[in-house]
Amino acid sequence: MAKTPKPVESLNYEEAMAELETVVAALEEGNQKLDEAMTLFERGQLLMKRCAELLEAAELKVRQISGDELTAFEEEE
Amino acid sequence: MTLPPPCIILATVTQPTLFASVQWTVTRLTAHLRQVIESDPALQDVWVRGELSNVSRPASGHLYFTLKDAGASLRGVMWKVNTSRLKLPLRDGMEVEAHGKIGIYEVGGQYQLYADALRPVGEGALYAEFLRLKSMLEAEGLFDSSRKREIPQLPKRIGIVTSATGAALRDMLNTLRRRLPIADVILAPSPVQGADAPPALVAALQNLNRIQPDVILIARGGGSIEDLWAFNNERVVRAVAASDAPVISGVGHETDFTLTDFASDLRAPTPTAAAELATPVTLFDLASAMSDLGQRAEIAMVNLLERGRVELSDIESRLKFYSPARRLQSERQRADEWSRRLVAAPAHRLALEAEKVAGLGKRLVALSPFEVLARGYAVVTRPADGSLIRSVGQVNPKEEIEVRVSDGKFGAEVKRKA
Repeated sequence: MAKTPKPVESLNYEEAMAELETVVAALEEGNQKLDEAMTLFERGQLLMKRCAELLEAAELKVRQISGDELTAFEEEE
Repeated sequence: MTLPPPCIILATVTQPTLFASVQWTVTRLTAHLRQVIESDPALQDVWVRGELSNVSRPASGHLYFTLKDAGASLRGVMWKVNTSRLKLPLRDGMEVEAHGKIGIYEVGGQYQLYADALRPVGEGALYAEFLRLKSMLEAEGLFDSSRKREIPQLPKRIGIVTSATGAALRDMLNTLRRRLPIADVILAPSPVQGADAPPALVAALQNLNRIQPDVILIARGGGSIEDLWAFNNERVVRAVAASDAPVISGVGHETDFTLTDFASDLRAPTPTAAAELATPVTLFDLASAMSDLGQRAEIAMVNLLERGRVELSDIESRLKFYSPARRLQSERQRADEWSRRLVAAPAHRLALEAEKVAGLGKRLVALSPFEVLARGYAVVTRPADGSLIRSVGQVNPKEEIEVRVSDGKFGAEVKRKA
């Protein structure tokens, strides 16, 4: 884990999930001192919250491509 | 020679009875005809050959056509449910064999063929082309399973090649929205039937590949075989095989197979199924994976804390063992021990002495002459010198003696020697 972790708000789902997996694996390894473990655990909780927010807010983003140009795609109702 | 009598000829001509009562309504007559036709087994299972004309397929999906030859024509209809089995696009002028039953369309006052199968006479040129292309591309290895790329479990960017206005797109978007709304969808719209379709499909695939999607869906909804024909186009098939991103095809219905299906990395029976296969991991899976991770983190933390607690109590007990208080206590205990033993030692000796004394006492008592006297014996002494008289020879008659019994003594005189 980086010494100064990025604020979770700047992470996308994949990044947050990947870091969460690392954090949990490290906690399970259990090689840290207790205060380090507490810090890791708190980081893990923040990451989980971030992932949950991203999943809840997820809305399928649809664009269309013509040539090399990407534009918004308006769906018909 | 005699002339026939006049008027007799008239009798052989049937005159319409102008004012007879009406026996049929149109409906009843038509129903009767229908019954006649439908009860003839030969007309209920016919193969008929002719040239196709007036092929039309309205929005209902049913197929209408006319079969004709030099001498006659036969109207025909094929219900939508049967059209998916058509192997070839139908065109006017095509020689076909149709199977079905003859029936009456009462509203139109027409008899017609209700067809359930329609096939070109021999192998139609198009079908032959399909087979030729298939075996050629197969021989090139374009359909080899070794070429199939793996479909990603969790695509971030999903490309779609289909018509911007079709039901297929709507179905796919709904499915993706339901299963994996965190995905990013890029549509490369393209006509999916007609002469424009093949080059547009190829361009759409190429455009999509430039933005490197994780997976591409190429799809169109169900239709007749001619509607799906663009997906048998050689250029389209080659473009699918050449795609950098893995391709899932969902063309037509379950029963439709196109060359695009053979060239794709995964064939889905329908557009909806294609969208499902593109999202093996759903939002639900992600959420439960996340809560699993959360649980694992908590368990790890509890274990860590528990281990800390055990270590702590271990250290605590070691600390207690070496603490001054404990040493003091143990010293005190040792002192107590010693003092107990110190106190106990003389008492022990005393007890031994007491026992000894008691034993001696008993022996003394046993030896005491007074004990003997108590049993009725007496001790006789000479008063002059106190010496014991043990035998008869020691005394003379008239001699004074002293007799000691258990409770005192008295003087006595020897009377005679026996």
